[in-house]
Amino acid sequence: MAFVQNFPFMSIILSLFSGPISSVLSGKKAKWLNMAVITVIGCMSGAVLAYVLGTGESYVYTMGHFSAPWGNEIRVGVLEAAMALFFCVIMLLSMLGGARERLLEIEESKQNLYYIMVNLLLCSLLALIYTNDLFTAYVFVEINTISACGLIMIRQNGRTIEAATRYMIMSLLGSGLLLLGICFLYDLTGHLLMSNIKEQVALLHQSGEYHIPLLVSVGLMSVGLAIKSALYPFHTWLPDAYGYSTLSSAAILSSLVSKGYIFLLVKIFYRVIGFDIVRDSKVVNVLFVFGLAGMILGSVSAIREGNIRRMIAFSSVAQIGYIYMGFGLGTVSGMIASIYHVVSHAATKSLLFVSASGITDVSGDSTDFFDLTGAGYRNKLAGVAFTVGSLAMVGFPMFSGFISKLLFAQAAVESVNKMLPTLIALAISTILNAVYFMKTVIRLYTPEKKAALEKKNFHSIKMWDQPSKSIALICFIALNILLGLSSDPVVSLIRSGLKMFT
Amino acid sequence: MRAMSRKIPEEAYQKTLSYRLRQWLDGTRDPFLDTVEMKQQKAFREDQKTVRKRKEEKKKLFEKIYDVENNAELRVFRKLYQTFCVLFCIFLVIMLLIAVSYLPSFGNPQNPVNNEVAERYIEKGLQETGAVNIVTGMILDYRAFDTLGESHVLFIATCTVLILLRKDKKKGDKEEISDRVHEPKNDVILQTAARILVPPIIIFGIYVILGGHLGPGGGFSGGAIIGAGLILYLNAFGFKKTERFFTEKTYKRLSVCALGCYCLAKSYSFYTGANHIESVIPLGTPGAILSSGLILILNICVGVVVAGTMYTFYVMFRKGGY
Repeated sequence: MAFVQNFPFMSIILSLFSGPISSVLSGKKAKWLNMAVITVIGCMSGAVLAYVLGTGESYVYTMGHFSAPWGNEIRVGVLEAAMALFFCVIMLLSMLGGARERLLEIEESKQNLYYIMVNLLLCSLLALIYTNDLFTAYVFVEINTISACGLIMIRQNGRTIEAATRYMIMSLLGSGLLLLGICFLYDLTGHLLMSNIKEQVALLHQSGEYHIPLLVSVGLMSVGLAIKSALYPFHTWLPDAYGYSTLSSAAILSSLVSKGYIFLLVKIFYRVIGFDIVRDSKVVNVLFVFGLAGMILGSVSAIREGNIRRMIAFSSVAQIGYIYMGFGLGTVSGMIASIYHVVSHAATKSLLFVSASGITDVSGDSTDFFDLTGAGYRNKLAGVAFTVGSLAMVGFPMFSGFISKLLFAQAAVESVNKMLPTLIALAISTILNAVYFMKTVIRLYTPEKKAALEKKNFHSIKMWDQPSKSIALICFIALNILLGLSSDPVVSLIRSGLKMFT
Repeated sequence: MRAMSRKIPEEAYQKTLSYRLRQWLDGTRDPFLDTVEMKQQKAFREDQKTVRKRKEEKKKLFEKIYDVENNAELRVFRKLYQTFCVLFCIFLVIMLLIAVSYLPSFGNPQNPVNNEVAERYIEKGLQETGAVNIVTGMILDYRAFDTLGESHVLFIATCTVLILLRKDKKKGDKEEISDRVHEPKNDVILQTAARILVPPIIIFGIYVILGGHLGPGGGFSGGAIIGAGLILYLNAFGFKKTERFFTEKTYKRLSVCALGCYCLAKSYSFYTGANHIESVIPLGTPGAILSSGLILILNICVGVVVAGTMYTFYVMFRKGGY
């Protein structure tokens, strides 16, 4: 066994152990430890990706001395390694971008607790990505939920406490449904390991035995994870959680936490149930309908919102709708489009959150829409970054969002029954996206009178006044353009990764 | 009436055993300590100012933020929300009941759950893990990765409670006083009971942890017992006594050591297992206290984390600090 193959296990253990270590360090040291851990794990994931691409096949890593159905194991393929690398990049940039806000908004004595949360969140994301065992996935879903709650409420004011409570309730409902689904599945198959469950489920599907509990189990798991990743009718926890938590929390929650659950759902569809059975079960149609509803109604809510951060949060609802719509198409190309959108949305949404904070910094920390007039001139980099993010969200060519919309449209054409609703919803949603994002961009570049500026005491910021945020923004912009201009390697990576799933 | 039915004078009555017994039962006087120092607990009562403030805030919330009077959308939403909540719950209950009725019947040997996985756990568990208690062998050896995650769930839950409830030390003095009002202070009955009970409780907890691989027990249950013992000790003797050996720093150090030890031990077995290297840790004789490889150490680690978690939860909810 090549030494590189140990890296996924090492990155999980490293991030897991860095959590308790942070609890005895001071806030500053914990911050550096956290940065180092994310960087090291990113490098290791890159090495693993290179290795898996080289060998061209996935491999299984036994966690302990007992093999497959008796012990735990993790499984590494192209898609897993690529996701791990990508999550590390986004997390590192989000932490960089929100460094200043964390110092201002979190109590001095609780700084290190924040890094415990982030380290364990990273660990749980990695475990969700790599695991080949449903129960392990559930255990790490628990860690994910609790740490996300901590990330929301560490900035302590009434709003975040309320948001965290709401998040906790909705998220626990989701976890509960997921656990019920796993229990049903275990009762029907007698296994917890993904590959073994898949074999048994295929047998059950052929014989037609236990059809109803199997259907219920698939439904419970899908709905549970949909609640946790804020699919439309279950999104009420989202705007407050993203809108009022500290900047890096908002960026991480929107771009990574919900995506971790979506990735787990992809794994369940492909590696646990089998995609054909899921498609036949019609559960995807439910996801499709809710996805379409989310695409349009999420955007409508965003248009009506006057607070810029909540507006971006509502836009997440619409984008999650896109992803579930892609699942709902029930085709491989729909799946690829969805996974590409996971990547592109993660890169764009964190960019938008960080740049929005750059904009509100020069507007007296007001998130109110009218105070932002002319902010693009006062903080040039943040203005440019916000514009790039908006264009990417709307789906302007050259940026990542365009490619995902193109992939969605192509996937829609392939499926006969769902083509028309998908294309119509895509068109409407794109226009609505354009309405609220372009409205904001125009507001940012509408010059404000000097007298008004002086009256409100707004001052401008140069690029290197906040170096870490600027670096993060530049990297985010580069990432977005990279994803937009050279999407082919990413798409082929996703395609080969999905092939390895089966 | 009482004066009329008296057979002996007041002074003589006060010397009788029955009078003293009655006093002791009433709690007004203690045979050893004379007058018992115990404040009558007052019923919780807010003063007028806070009541008014709370009502105003609530009114403001409804008028300004939710604007229930004028916001027709919100009104409709609330009604719909309540209706759908009930409908959703009824739907979920019916669906789950129907689904359960289709599941394999309970206890049937032909069920899919009774397969080669359970068979190997039962038949070879003792031989492969060295643990007489099969459940311990399963959670700490076969499926140790899950348990590793689970112990970190406890740790992160404590950290989240710390975020939510821990108070800054500057305000500490005032909190100390308000804490003492609601809690018993130097209660002899409690102290005596604690003095007798706490050592056996903690020793029993240690026994449960150490015997986890030999019989029912293990880190989770033993840790909970020790935590309960610590909480009883704290209640009886107050923070001054417990602070001498258990502060936030102690908790953090203990959990770092325990979780670090767990991580290292498991990393070793994961690494050797995956790379097909023979593990050098002997399994020992089943039934002996020093047997079953790493399980004993892991149980101790889990026990330390669980005990610390229980105690920290209690302390945080009571006072917001150690």
